[in-house]
Amino acid sequence: MQFVDEFRNKELIQKTAQEIARRVDPKIQYRIMEVCGGHTFSIYRFGLHELLPPNIELIHGPGCPVCVLPMGRIDEGMSLANDDSVILTAFGDMMRVPGKKGSPLELKAKGRDIRMIYSPLDNLKLAIENRDKKIVFFAIGFETTAPSTALTLIQAKKLGIKNFFVFSNHVLIVPAIRAILDSPDMRIDGFIGPGHVSTVIGCQPYEFISKNYRKPIVISGFEPLDLLESILKIVQQLQEGRNEVENQYNRVVRWEGNRTALKVIQEVFELRPYFEWRGLGFISQSALKINKSYAQWDAEEHFQLNRIVLTDPKSSQCGEVLKGVLKPYQCKLFGKVCNPEHPVGALMVSSEGACAAYYQHTGRKEGITDSL
Amino acid sequence: MNSEQLGQQIELAHGSGGKSTYRLIRSAILPALKNPILESLSDAAVVDYGAGRIALTTDSFVVHPLMFSGGSIGKLAINGTVNDLAVSGAQPRAILLSLIVEAGLPMDVFLREIQAIAEASRIATVPVIGGDTKVVEHGKGDGLYITTTGLGIVDPKVNLSPQRIKPGDQVIVSGPIGDHGIAILLARGEIELEANLGSDSRPLWPLIKAMISVHPAAVKWMRDPTRGGVATALNELSREIKMGVVLFEEMIPLREEVRGACEILGLDPLHIACEGQFVAIVEKDLLLEILKELRKVPGGEEATHIGEIREQPAGVVLAVSSYGGSRRVDMLIGDPLPRIC
Repeated sequence: MQFVDEFRNKELIQKTAQEIARRVDPKIQYRIMEVCGGHTFSIYRFGLHELLPPNIELIHGPGCPVCVLPMGRIDEGMSLANDDSVILTAFGDMMRVPGKKGSPLELKAKGRDIRMIYSPLDNLKLAIENRDKKIVFFAIGFETTAPSTALTLIQAKKLGIKNFFVFSNHVLIVPAIRAILDSPDMRIDGFIGPGHVSTVIGCQPYEFISKNYRKPIVISGFEPLDLLESILKIVQQLQEGRNEVENQYNRVVRWEGNRTALKVIQEVFELRPYFEWRGLGFISQSALKINKSYAQWDAEEHFQLNRIVLTDPKSSQCGEVLKGVLKPYQCKLFGKVCNPEHPVGALMVSSEGACAAYYQHTGRKEGITDSL
Repeated sequence: MNSEQLGQQIELAHGSGGKSTYRLIRSAILPALKNPILESLSDAAVVDYGAGRIALTTDSFVVHPLMFSGGSIGKLAINGTVNDLAVSGAQPRAILLSLIVEAGLPMDVFLREIQAIAEASRIATVPVIGGDTKVVEHGKGDGLYITTTGLGIVDPKVNLSPQRIKPGDQVIVSGPIGDHGIAILLARGEIELEANLGSDSRPLWPLIKAMISVHPAAVKWMRDPTRGGVATALNELSREIKMGVVLFEEMIPLREEVRGACEILGLDPLHIACEGQFVAIVEKDLLLEILKELRKVPGGEEATHIGEIREQPAGVVLAVSSYGGSRRVDMLIGDPLPRIC
C-alpha cells in the first residue's frame, strides 16, 4: 500500500530504534508528549513504546477531540435528539461517548433518531431526503475536521438548505498546547506535533513553543517509522540543546499549511471567547463558533440550548492523565469501573484516547482486574 | 450477576458477538440453562448418539441490507449454519429453516432469497428438510429474518477439545480475513470507497474434511470467526485454556481492499466478521502437512499459519510485529465503529 508500507519497513524501523537508543543519555529522562490521539493509537497499535529505551517516557496529550469534550457539552448536544423533529448525526468516534444520561448509542437504543455519518456532507443528503426533519450535526474535531464542517455549511447556504444545523464543538490545538505548557505541573521536554491538524495549520503556529517555552516540537506522520524518526529528531534536538519546529511529515504537511482550508474556516467560524475542555478547564480563544453570516445554521442559536454544566465524576483523573501527570493505569478508576465498554472518563472512549489505547493494547498492570 | 453489571437494557452491543455478547451469555443465559454441552459454548452442540456423535446448531440471520456483494441473507443463512457444523468436525446433513417475513417485502425479493437458499443448499450438498414461515406487521421486521437449525454427523476420527491444546500448538486460518464485514459495510452505502470486494460466504466442509481425513488427531480446535472476528474467537479460547495466543501480525492474510478500508476507517481487521473462513489450532509437527492438504482443495490455496499458543501471557491474545513491537488484541467491544476524526 503506497505511503504505508514504506513506513513499516522492518529494517528501517529497527535501525531507527537502535539509533534512538544510541543517542539518548542514560542519565536523563526524556519526557515527550504526543499531542495527537492518532499518535497515541499508533504507538500502542504498533507497540512502538516497547522499542524505545526505558528513559524515553511518552506522555499522551489532549489531541483526541472526543476526550477533551466536557460532559455537559455532550449532554447539551444529545438533548436535541429528544426532539421528535430532529435527526442527530455524529461521526463514529462520538457514538460511544458517555454523557450524564448515556451515550448516543444508548439513546439510539431507546429509539431516538441518531445516525452515524462518514462525512459532514452526508448531512445535506439527509436534509434533502428528510425535509420534514431538522438534521443536527454534532460536530467535533480540531482544525483537521473544521474545514469539512465549514465546507458543508457553505454548501448548505449555496443550496438554500434550511433544515440543517451544526452544533459546533470544533477546538483549536495551539491554545491547548499553550495551556499544558502554562500548567504548574508541566513536565514535558519535547512534543511530537500532530500530523493531521498540521496539514491545515502548517508549522508556523508552533513557533511559540520553541521561541517562548524553549521546547522542541517535531510534526510527525502516523506510521511506525514516522513516529520513531520524530522521536529521534526530538532526542537529537535535546542532546544538542536546540529548540526548533521540525517537520518530519513533510510529504503531507507544508510549512504554511493549507490556505484554502484555513480560508473556509475563516469564512464560517469565529473564535469563542472561551471554551471548556475536559481535564484542562476553560481556555480562552480555544474553540470555533459559527459566525453571524451562518447563524441560521447554528444549532446553538436555533435551538436556544441551555448551557449544561456538569462536573466529571470526582474520582476520575482524566485531567491529570491528559497533562501527563499520571499514567492511565495510575488513575483510581482505570480498568475497574472505567473500561472501554463502560467508560467513565472520555479518555476511555475513543480508540485515540490514552486510556482506551492503553487498556486495549497493553497487558493489564498489576492489580487491575479484567472486566469480564 | 445482576442487571446493574449487565446494563439496564439490552443494547445493540449485546448482539455484536463481542465482549457484551460473551458476558450476556456467560452471566445471564448459561447459569439459567446450565448443562455440560451448553457450557462448552462451541459453534455446534455435540451429542452422543448410539455409537456415534451428532452435532446440532441454530442461528438467526438479521443482516442489513438483505443483498450485498458476494451474497445475500439466504446464502449466508445456509453457509453460516453448515459452517457451524463443519468447524465442530461434523459433516452437515440437514437444515431446518424458519422465515420471519415483514409485510410489504417485495415478492421478487422473497423469491430471490428462496432461490439463494436453494442454490447455497445445492452447493453445500445439504438439503433443507423442514421449516416454518411467519409474517409480521410492516415496520416490525427488517424485511426478512431467517433462523436455521442444522444437523450434522461428527466424523468419528475427530477429537476437538480445547483441553488438548498445549503451548507450541499453532494457529492457522483458511484464507484472508475480514472480507464479509467490509463487504457489508460497503454495501450499506454509507461510505463511498471504491473496492472490488465480495463477502467470503461459502461452505467450509470440503476444506475441513480434507484436513481431518488426513490428520484427524492433529486438529484440536476450530472456530468460524463470524461476528467479533478472529480476535473475539481467539480471546474466548485464550481465556478458556488460560494460555496466550500470539499472532504474527505480518502473516495474517488480508486482501488489499480490506486492509485499505481498515486503515482508512481505523478498524482492526481482526475484529471484522468472516463468513467463509475458519481459524484452527493444530499440532506443530503437522502444521506444514495440514497447510499442504488445505491448499490442495479449491478455495484453500491461501490457508496460512498465523500464530502459536504460548504459556504466557495467560488468557491474552497478542499480536507481534516483525520489528519487535507487540499489542494486545482484545475482544470486540460493541460494534466496530469507524474512527473519522
